[in-house]
Amino acid sequence: MGLSGVLVTFADELSETANRAALAFRDRVEADRWEGIEETAVSLSSAFLRFDPLCVAQKEITVRLSRLLDSEDWYAAALPSGRRRWRIPTVFGGPQAPQFDEVAELAGLSSDKAVAELTARPVRVMTIGFAPGLPYMGILPAHWDIPRQTALTPLVPASAVVLAVRQLIIFSTPTPTGWRHIGQTCFRGFRPETETPFVLRSGDEVSLVSVSAEKLNRLKADPKTNGGATCEPIP
Amino acid sequence: MSPALIIHSAGPGVTVQDLGREGYLAQGLSRGGAADRLAVAEGAALLGQDASLAVLEMAGFGGVFEPDAPMRVALTGAPMRATVDGETLVWNASHTVMPGQHLSISTALKGVYGYLHVGGGIDTPMALGSRSAHLTAGIGAAVAAGDRLPVGKDRQDAGRTGMVLSGADRFRGGVVRVVPSAQTHLFPDAQRARFEATGFTRDARGNRQGVRLAHGAEPFAAEGQLSILSEVIVPGDIQMTGDGTPYVLLPECQTMGGYPRIGTVVPEDLPIVAQAAPGTILGFRFVTLESALQSHRQSHAQAASDMKKRLGPLVRDPRKIQDLLSFQLISGVISGMEPDE
Repeated sequence: MGLSGVLVTFADELSETANRAALAFRDRVEADRWEGIEETAVSLSSAFLRFDPLCVAQKEITVRLSRLLDSEDWYAAALPSGRRRWRIPTVFGGPQAPQFDEVAELAGLSSDKAVAELTARPVRVMTIGFAPGLPYMGILPAHWDIPRQTALTPLVPASAVVLAVRQLIIFSTPTPTGWRHIGQTCFRGFRPETETPFVLRSGDEVSLVSVSAEKLNRLKADPKTNGGATCEPIP
Repeated sequence: MSPALIIHSAGPGVTVQDLGREGYLAQGLSRGGAADRLAVAEGAALLGQDASLAVLEMAGFGGVFEPDAPMRVALTGAPMRATVDGETLVWNASHTVMPGQHLSISTALKGVYGYLHVGGGIDTPMALGSRSAHLTAGIGAAVAAGDRLPVGKDRQDAGRTGMVLSGADRFRGGVVRVVPSAQTHLFPDAQRARFEATGFTRDARGNRQGVRLAHGAEPFAAEGQLSILSEVIVPGDIQMTGDGTPYVLLPECQTMGGYPRIGTVVPEDLPIVAQAAPGTILGFRFVTLESALQSHRQSHAQAASDMKKRLGPLVRDPRKIQDLLSFQLISGVISGMEPDE
């Protein structure tokens, strides 16, 4: 990509194993500290490397990458260590998340069942991107494969949880979007004024915890917490 | 106390910029930094200082500025009408402004981004390793009337102003070089050929995130366009939006996107895109990675000596000043527009 980027794609479609491969592969490249590599990142199903073309030839990098690719089955690789599990209080439905009922219906579930499913199991932060600290989380079961709206919602508020194509996103800032607004948190994934500006990392897991609107309001008023989010290391 | 630049008024798009912050792609933060990186290097050459120092970027319109101590300044990028207490200042040159004097910078005569550099650099606090405002990400804020921007310590041997830098006109569009990107192959040959043959008009919709390029031709589209998974974006990428219109991504772009990329503008030519004012005609030509790399290597190796060649004393002859204001392209200067060998 351009003069200084190489993309290693593990699948052309959304896939848990391709994301796993991308996370594990990027982690290995980072750990090996290749000369000339300036940064690495993951997307949903690819690992990306940026290098200095004045320092190392693209060809040299692609040869090394091919060798590393062949060295193990990345689709079955263990996820990187150092990941964390987050619990983020969320209000589902009601005036603060106006498209929740619509989405539950599109998924073929009652509202109660939909909340139960979305909170039952943690989702993986498959990648951080688009905007600072913005997590793409998934993969939700197939009945959550709800397409983006053709028309954009002009603005969903900061910390909104939106859903489309088996994925969840929590926005940091008010954003126009084609994804549907199903939940509301007061969690911010990007806090440039703090010591830890980027809160989540690719590979982390997130459990959305259903709370009442009153509870969320109390959390919102508490400056000592980031929307009541807690985290613990994944052993 | 360190010197300061007092802002009496400022256009809506005046921000502190340096070369941006690299290394935050995995966190979703794009590089940001000056839209025209060449202009930052030009100002640094005029003032004999490091190109990492922060400057004021002025999108389309400047403002009224006053130093609180004698201050060396340089003006680069899109030429703008500039005066000190009513007297016209030559663009692409260095000057000294005294306390009590008002440096007034108005509309861009051509191009988009003008730059005001100060000796010692703008010394606002760093955030994540850079002084650049990244308004899309919520880092920093635009400069506004009443601000006092701290200025770093100028060189001991400073005092040398009245230098002018010739050439490097990148304000009139033209053909820019493009290398293939990860999705170029999804565009059929005929689409790519038509893309190269089309003249695009820089749309009114454009900012530090990117510029939209309008065209009268039928829409461009990649195969399987709608099912493409979001993928990493780098500045210079040309994404084909849903309506088949190209959009060239600039330093403050999002870091991931689902529109297919037909190619990537080479870094040396990106200032031409950033500096294309609405209505400017732009074209694209694919070059091989090898040829783009060769030119990248060459321009990197020769950057310092090229800049030195372009630097000369400012002759305060009114006829010359007229010439310089009209900003003639001096032959022999690499504009990034030459046909590729």
